[in-house]
Amino acid sequence: MKKIIIILFLYFLNLNSAYSIAPDVFVQSTVNRASQILSKNISKEEKINELKSIASETVDIRGVGFYSLGSARKVLDNNQKKEYFELFENYFLKSFSSRLAEYTNPKIEVYGKKILNENYTIVNSVLVSTSERPEVRIDWRIYTKNPNNPLIRDLIIEGLSLARTQKEEFASIINSNNGNINALFKVLEDFSNR
Amino acid sequence: MLKKLTIILISIFLLSFNANAGSDGDLKSNKVNETKEIKDCFEKLNRATFAFNQGLDKALIKPLAEGYRNLPDPIQRGTSNAVKNLSTLITIPNNVLQGDVKTALINTGRLVVNTTVGLLGTIDVANKMGFPKYVKEDYGQTLGAWGIGPGCYIVLPVLGPSTLRDTAGSFANVMGGDPWYNASVHGNNEFLSEGLYITSKALSGIDFRADNIESFENLEKNSIDFYASVRSLYAQDRENKIKNNQRGNIEVLYKDEEDWEEIDNK
Repeated sequence: MKKIIIILFLYFLNLNSAYSIAPDVFVQSTVNRASQILSKNISKEEKINELKSIASETVDIRGVGFYSLGSARKVLDNNQKKEYFELFENYFLKSFSSRLAEYTNPKIEVYGKKILNENYTIVNSVLVSTSERPEVRIDWRIYTKNPNNPLIRDLIIEGLSLARTQKEEFASIINSNNGNINALFKVLEDFSNR
Repeated sequence: MLKKLTIILISIFLLSFNANAGSDGDLKSNKVNETKEIKDCFEKLNRATFAFNQGLDKALIKPLAEGYRNLPDPIQRGTSNAVKNLSTLITIPNNVLQGDVKTALINTGRLVVNTTVGLLGTIDVANKMGFPKYVKEDYGQTLGAWGIGPGCYIVLPVLGPSTLRDTAGSFANVMGGDPWYNASVHGNNEFLSEGLYITSKALSGIDFRADNIESFENLEKNSIDFYASVRSLYAQDRENKIKNNQRGNIEVLYKDEEDWEEIDNK
């Protein structure tokens, strides 16, 4: 009986550590998966669909969505929040995947990381230069509260935060429509449908 | 004389407007390192100018950049190096104005080596010799480093995104702050002329545009408000440059940490 308990204990211990992923390994494995898709000889639409599935698994879409909404998220009721999240998810997956799909066989090398606190690690990488474009620095802000399931919360390309850019873009749309959140909903929907 | 006076008056106006618009009390507390938000005081006009610039880009600048890209690599690299070398003439005084004498000396060495051995800057010999990576500085950055806020965001015809502070900084170039401008426009020199100065600036713009053809296209295609995206990216880029943050401004990135905490707790 004692033996069985020890075996079970070791099994769970092993299971636990097997699923804990270092943020830099997580980023490298994510970019490798994306790279494989981008180098496949399939249509752009197919690439976008496959990239969407990677993004769904690896990006904290809910968190990024509500962060992008800024202070406007405080005035949404539950139905609006639900509607927004659905619209944002479709918008984000399309926008993110389409951006990536423009690259053919990109080579991203992860070379460092900085643990900010128990919730965040910054992973440093570079998009290797080609004859057509210079090297691009890409830093990944990884949410590590659950070490077994790290999630991407921001991409900082050459020092420019995509999450911040998106947040300011959303704020601009809301402001130019006199604070009407439905205007943003409409723009997100139109983007996803185009 | 009148031209110079007008420039000076406009610059003074811009500087004073800028200091007021960007301050919001921040200047009083002298929080040099704090992020100062850019206000879009002239948004309607800016959006109109932005649309005009986009039209100009599609009709002229982008085709020129694409043509430039088809030139043989050594010509592109040589042009890029030469305009970068000329920018060192603005960077050096700004290094000094920001109190970074060591970098000013390094950049002076770079300028001398590249202009002579590097055949008028077309070959970046200094880089091959192991000089530290070149980082451009301008008068707008210096004003920022001195604690002057960006003031209102402004989209300039042809030249694109700027702020009142950065526009005022640019005027410093034509008011004696750019030795290349002084030599070519006022130098009384048979080899240099105003045309050459304008050509060098145009080449610098085309070189930049050629480097960013895909990224601009990608950004435009995947933005829901392209104007707002460009404004945000410009603001972030200037903040990084003023603080000499090569990897982005961690303070800025995480100034909204409470937002994330609130999201996490729901």
